[in-house]
Amino acid sequence: MSTFEKVRDIVVEQLGVEADEVTIESTFIDDLGADSLDIVELIMAFEEEFGIEIPDEAAEKIKTVQDVVTYIDQNK
Amino acid sequence: MLLDGKCALVTGASRGIGRAIAVKLASEGAKVALNYAGNAAAAEEVKKEIEAAGGQAITVQADVSDPASVEAMIQTVVDAFGQIDILVNNAGITRDGLLLRMKDEDFDAVINTNLKGIFYTTKLVSKLMMKKRFGRIVNMASVVGLTGNAGQTNYAAAKAGVIGFSKSAAKELAARGITVNMVAPGFIETDMTAVIPEKAKEAMMGGIPLGRAGKPEDVANAVLFLVSDQAAYITGQVLKVDGGMVM
Repeated sequence: MSTFEKVRDIVVEQLGVEADEVTIESTFIDDLGADSLDIVELIMAFEEEFGIEIPDEAAEKIKTVQDVVTYIDQNK
Repeated sequence: MLLDGKCALVTGASRGIGRAIAVKLASEGAKVALNYAGNAAAAEEVKKEIEAAGGQAITVQADVSDPASVEAMIQTVVDAFGQIDILVNNAGITRDGLLLRMKDEDFDAVINTNLKGIFYTTKLVSKLMMKKRFGRIVNMASVVGLTGNAGQTNYAAAKAGVIGFSKSAAKELAARGITVNMVAPGFIETDMTAVIPEKAKEAMMGGIPLGRAGKPEDVANAVLFLVSDQAAYITGQVLKVDGGMVM
């Protein structure tokens, strides 16, 4: 599975959205309806799935699915 | 039993109110981690008492005012139990003195243990609870945090802080199935209150409609209720256990 597909699966599970709603351009808050606590939980889930640590400064910059995929690909 | 299959962490569980809470939760089927700061022998005694009654418990040393110590404690509990469903932040100290004589270190010590300690434990444990979409957190406040008390500017500030902290956490965590409530004891017979001068005790008793000092078990019963399924629809509340002292 590509990083995007794994990220998409986590987003689907955490936010209860349909897989086809999650595109690489989707923004978590505006497009996918996440609130700030959802974002914290998503970051925790990404950290667990990919075995990485996403520091708060990096987490704050994550707005879209692309941001996450890029961060993970650069740091895993 | 009310807490079958649940795992609990009680801070400051080696004596007084914490001890009574730990014993009570264990008697209702919870596995209980008994945190203590310094008195390993006392914590071990509580563990034996729980085991003698057919319950399960472990002891874990940690100074709740030290974030690294708290982190290690929570790791120990998770390694032993696999989860934490119930967190009772009970650990607390007093360093009483009149405001004009209050030393910086006495003010800080009380804030660090009684308020910041709760921040450290709740931050880490709520993360575990969020993943499970379930949690029961009870923080020990005090009626002094509501009314103030001469000689306890530090303690009252910390306990009032606990109330603000807990209500905020209750709002943040409610959507994840986690409740955060507070128990505010009045005058309870423990080592902490044993040092109060006899005259002051008598004056206090005069202000208690139910006419007696509380026992640690009175507080433990309130905590049991708040961590049980019976209190599933209650969050962000301060339950006073004070014989009617403050209404």
